[in-house]
Amino acid sequence: MKLINTIIAEAIAIFIDDGAFALAIVACLLLVAALVRFVPDAAPLGGLALFIGLAGILVESATRRARKTRW
Amino acid sequence: MILAIHWSHAAPAMTAAFLASLVEFVEALTVVLAVGGVRGWRGALTGAAAALGVLLALVAVFGPALALAPLAWARLAVGTLLLLFGMRWLRKAILRSAGVIPLHDEESAFATETEVMRKAGAVGRGFDHIAFAAAFKITVLEGVEVVFIVIAVGAGGVGLMVPAAIAALGALLTVVALGLVVHRPLARVPENTLKFIVGVLLTAFGSFWLGEGIGVAWPGEDWSILGLIAGFMIAALACVQVCARSAGHKGAVA
Repeated sequence: MKLINTIIAEAIAIFIDDGAFALAIVACLLLVAALVRFVPDAAPLGGLALFIGLAGILVESATRRARKTRW
Repeated sequence: MILAIHWSHAAPAMTAAFLASLVEFVEALTVVLAVGGVRGWRGALTGAAAALGVLLALVAVFGPALALAPLAWARLAVGTLLLLFGMRWLRKAILRSAGVIPLHDEESAFATETEVMRKAGAVGRGFDHIAFAAAFKITVLEGVEVVFIVIAVGAGGVGLMVPAAIAALGALLTVVALGLVVHRPLARVPENTLKFIVGVLLTAFGSFWLGEGIGVAWPGEDWSILGLIAGFMIAALACVQVCARSAGHKGAVA
């Protein structure tokens, strides 16, 4: 039973190990989905918005973690 | 079916599946070698084989089930999970490349697992359940990530399941062959570089498929994937430099 619980916990951890990082990704997805759904003619801009949002989250999260190490 | 595959999807998908599987199977091999070396090969190999059976069953059950779902919904779900998975890998690879967190060390992992197995009690005459459980657990844990990648790649693109599965199987056979030859942990495999590349590929795939699922109109359609790969690679490499400076190190992808 302990082995199965460990495997399930690890299976969840392959998607989420930093809650704030995962939450920011999901928030970005929802924002872009809303943009594409509700703003007229925004579909071609959606891809750019998605890329900029996700790259920004990645850079911000990694940089914040690096700063913590320094201080 | 193979002829119908769009190579802008298939080539990066097979590369991602092969490299990700290589990294995961190398990590599993390290533990199986430690378990076998200390407690005997019967329990270790039986545990690893049983785990591979479980992983194959997962692919056989979930792969076709996801393929039955409407493509838009499958891409939405798979794209979200791929993004969470790929960006987590990429973030960790960036931090390791920048020297913020230590690189994964197979020799050290082998030494640790060897010590754990020695302390786990004397090896009896019968079947060694400790060896079986240790080998089973590590192979399932590392293999679940491979299964996810194969299923996700297969569900996101039409006809991609078979090429992704073949690539993963190729990685498994490569690692097993190398393990049989060198009989030591494969410490010289550049794990972090591979994780960095796979992280970029999966993040690009996840973005593309999720975008398709929410109604984004990609310029150049399928060829946008290559643009996303280039974009995320540039952003990640720049991020390594920024993180290295923030942490006071000189960054280099290792």
